[in-house]
Amino acid sequence: MSESLTCDVVVVGAGMTGAACALYAARAGLGVTVVDRGPVAGGTTGAGEGNLLVSDKAPGPELDLALLSHRLWAEVAQELGGAVEYEPKGGLVVAETPGALDALRRFAAGQRANGVTAAPVPADRLRDLEPRLRDGLAGGVHYPQDAQVMPALAAAHLLRASGARLLTGREVTGVLRGTDGAVRGVRTDRGDLHAPAVVNAAGPWGGELAARAGVSLPVLPRRGFVLVTEPLPPRIRHKVYAADYVTDVASDSAALRTSPVVEGTAAGPVLIGASRERVGFDRSVSLPAVRALAAGAIRMFPFLSGVRAVRTYAGFRPYLPDHLPAIGPDPRAPGLLHACGHEGAGIGLATGTGRLIARVLTGQAPELDLTPFRPDRFPPTSGEAER
Amino acid sequence: MNPREPSGARPGPAFTVTFDGRPLEALPGQTVAAVLWAADVVSWRSTRVAARPRGVFCGIGVCFDCLVTVNDRPNQRACLVPARPGDVIRTQEGTGHAH
Amino acid sequence: MRTDLAVIGAGPAGLAASLAASARGVRVALLDAEPEPGGQYYRRPAAGLRARRPRAPHGRWRTWTRLRDGLAASSVRRLADHHVWCVERRPDGLTVHALLGPEQEQPAEVHARAVLLATGGHEVVLPFPGWTLPGVVTAGGAQAMLKGGLVVPGRTAVVAGTGPLLLPVAAGLAAAGVSVAALVESADPRRLVRYAGPLVGKLPEGAGYAAGLLRHRVPFLARHTVVRAHGDERLTGVTVAALDAHGRLRPGTERHLPCDALAVGHGMLPHTDLAEGLGCRLDGPAVAVDGEQRTDVPGVWAAGEATGIGGAALALAEGHIAGRSAAARLRGTAPDPGAWAPAARARARLRASASALDAVYAPPGRWTDRVTDDTVVCRCEEVDAGAVRAAVAGLGAGDPRTVKLLTRAGMGWCQGRMCGPAVAALAGCAPTPSRRPFARPVPLGVLARPHADTAGPHPTDHPAGTGPSTDHPAGTGRPADRPTERGPS
Repeated sequence: MSESLTCDVVVVGAGMTGAACALYAARAGLGVTVVDRGPVAGGTTGAGEGNLLVSDKAPGPELDLALLSHRLWAEVAQELGGAVEYEPKGGLVVAETPGALDALRRFAAGQRANGVTAAPVPADRLRDLEPRLRDGLAGGVHYPQDAQVMPALAAAHLLRASGARLLTGREVTGVLRGTDGAVRGVRTDRGDLHAPAVVNAAGPWGGELAARAGVSLPVLPRRGFVLVTEPLPPRIRHKVYAADYVTDVASDSAALRTSPVVEGTAAGPVLIGASRERVGFDRSVSLPAVRALAAGAIRMFPFLSGVRAVRTYAGFRPYLPDHLPAIGPDPRAPGLLHACGHEGAGIGLATGTGRLIARVLTGQAPELDLTPFRPDRFPPTSGEAER
Repeated sequence: MNPREPSGARPGPAFTVTFDGRPLEALPGQTVAAVLWAADVVSWRSTRVAARPRGVFCGIGVCFDCLVTVNDRPNQRACLVPARPGDVIRTQEGTGHAH
Repeated sequence: MRTDLAVIGAGPAGLAASLAASARGVRVALLDAEPEPGGQYYRRPAAGLRARRPRAPHGRWRTWTRLRDGLAASSVRRLADHHVWCVERRPDGLTVHALLGPEQEQPAEVHARAVLLATGGHEVVLPFPGWTLPGVVTAGGAQAMLKGGLVVPGRTAVVAGTGPLLLPVAAGLAAAGVSVAALVESADPRRLVRYAGPLVGKLPEGAGYAAGLLRHRVPFLARHTVVRAHGDERLTGVTVAALDAHGRLRPGTERHLPCDALAVGHGMLPHTDLAEGLGCRLDGPAVAVDGEQRTDVPGVWAAGEATGIGGAALALAEGHIAGRSAAARLRGTAPDPGAWAPAARARARLRASASALDAVYAPPGRWTDRVTDDTVVCRCEEVDAGAVRAAVAGLGAGDPRTVKLLTRAGMGWCQGRMCGPAVAALAGCAPTPSRRPFARPVPLGVLARPHADTAGPHPTDHPAGTGPSTDHPAGTGRPADRPTERGPS
């Protein structure tokens, strides 16, 4: 079957970011088609925990985007809250040593100066927030703005709410360019989709899509495992993680790094992350990685030792070398916009990203300066098509 | 007819376990599920969403429907766990973990 | 512990493989979750029940005694009560990770040069209204409880579904004193005549059970199905009805059969979790193997139901071939297939008859029509058919994984083993293999334990569980040696 369709914008990728781009573009009055070679939420979105975090962002462009996204998520939750399992549960970052606590508090002070609510929690008050935390922690910081959604549900419901045409199981094989270089749509394995604008929301596969448009974007997959436990009654109230998580996220290392991130879910199971390693798109389970996750979680919550893990799965974060996403128009290919490379923060940053993209698409000034997110900020790789 | 008859089983002396406080007779070698079935008990779990009764389904440890609390240990598969003298077997509510 | 060949599963395939390999000088460790070998097929009353005529619940006694005596006389190291949750590829071989005893809280590891997966299969039950009521059990479950515990699910039973298992289950329940109100088979077994060639050898066995049913006056309702199970807290009866050639209900044929037990099954599926975890290629729902029963992962063989449902005789033949192949390869020689030619002929013949049975015993075409929206499909997470349909119709799900993400169907304790085929059918797509890196739930404390990866070679060499019967002390509900909490670092 082959068909040719015309719309205002084609969004490539039916994950969380693509869904948010579709929602805000549609609400700005554009006719949107979302295309994905897999199903809805079939990539990174379906393998994530649904973090909507401000707590792990240092002051700067990513934090500004997180705060914008936080406000927008609260609006979305008003509309779809129950369906996407939005939980404004708050985050609790704990420090194991006095040294780590000092660093955490300095980090939090900087965040507070930039609009984050961050309340220091002395060691003897940690259990008021999380009664099952272990003894002997040095202290922590409470971040009430941190929240959670069920990411696959969020993507599916935002897509539905957008009213966009959804084409799944359809692979984009090329980006159509006019003689002037401008983007004219995409070629798929089942016909062309014509549009003056194409949004690259292909997550860790965003570099592949960029290449099909003749430009380079150095997105790499950074693998992470999540451990899922048997269902439990509500026992872990916040998103709880150790202060060294922030340094792991900021690390450029390809080797395995794990730092415990533990949280309960509305459905009952506890989710345990977060490992990071760059090994390509290798989905096979690494026992050393899941062992480290289990050990880290038990270190914070000893009761988990007797709780059973029923499953583990891998996902691939879209990693860009400077840990910032690529958001906005690509001057190398007029009409192509990027919305990918959010690493592990894509669910949380999706709403803000979608809004910024919609602003650009409709010729309005975006709420944030897009300069730090410029997709052409990386040195070109050899062999890149220059136009 | 006693289902043990065709095999000519002559089990060792019976012992007692309790199910929700009620004493039940158990035979050496029987699983907790077998002891309960022999006493005409077919459900010993209530599900965590709709609180519906469940018991043995697959009988070989695959389906996890027969989860039960034995001696305060929740989520034991009744079809796998052998009954032991004095076992305190309780209907498992929800996740089996106290709130 | 270290061994040459770790055989996982002590059913017909695993036993035949272990005997064949050990007879050829290979060190074999045979791991199985049950206290006694034999698997589901040779399940016998628990030793404590002291059955004097243990052959009565099932036939094939002679083959079993040969396997049992062969095992006792062999050098095979039997590791009973070992629940294998993962097989890990290591630079120096393969590590089999298991949990011990019914409690499954203590770990054990076996390091092997090669692994043979004889993990068997499990039953498929397709949902229908009322199928979650207590008293509704799988046909194989009713049989296992009867064979192993000498107990029955009720006084009056209906046996229903489709497949060659129903006949022995009905015959077994009737012989144990249960009043079997009907054997309800959705297929038309008269079609078996068409396959008389490939099924020669299977038919006498079936005839024996059929005679048993006649003796107990069990009505046989071919091309019928259970439409609904009735009851509130417990099964009180079922509605059955006749099917037309397209699998639709014949109007006016519905009738109510009072019963307090329903044993229902719709065939079997291979256990492939360990194979998938190792990265073995699948062929449909089964592990793909070559003529020597080798998977495409070096050092990994598979045999029996794991490589395709075909019954015990096929499993024995495949196990024998796999064991001989593994023994030769482990000695560094190429095996001579001529040496196992009789087994290979039996394998070919039995695979043909398995295909014939598959062709006759397929679930009725329109069964999903009868699954009402309020019928629970995922028993663990209590997801109903309406939610699955809504995910497909309203949220764009078109494959089992997306349905799972959007509904939680398949996310519970059993990890979709029970609901997988039904969810796929309700979503209108083919079942896809579910990735289950943990073949069983694993305590986080076991995962977290200092391990060979970091704590030197093989710290958990467990000689326990090797005797003829193992006796695990009742645990305390948590691992005895919990990982020490590390101080600030």
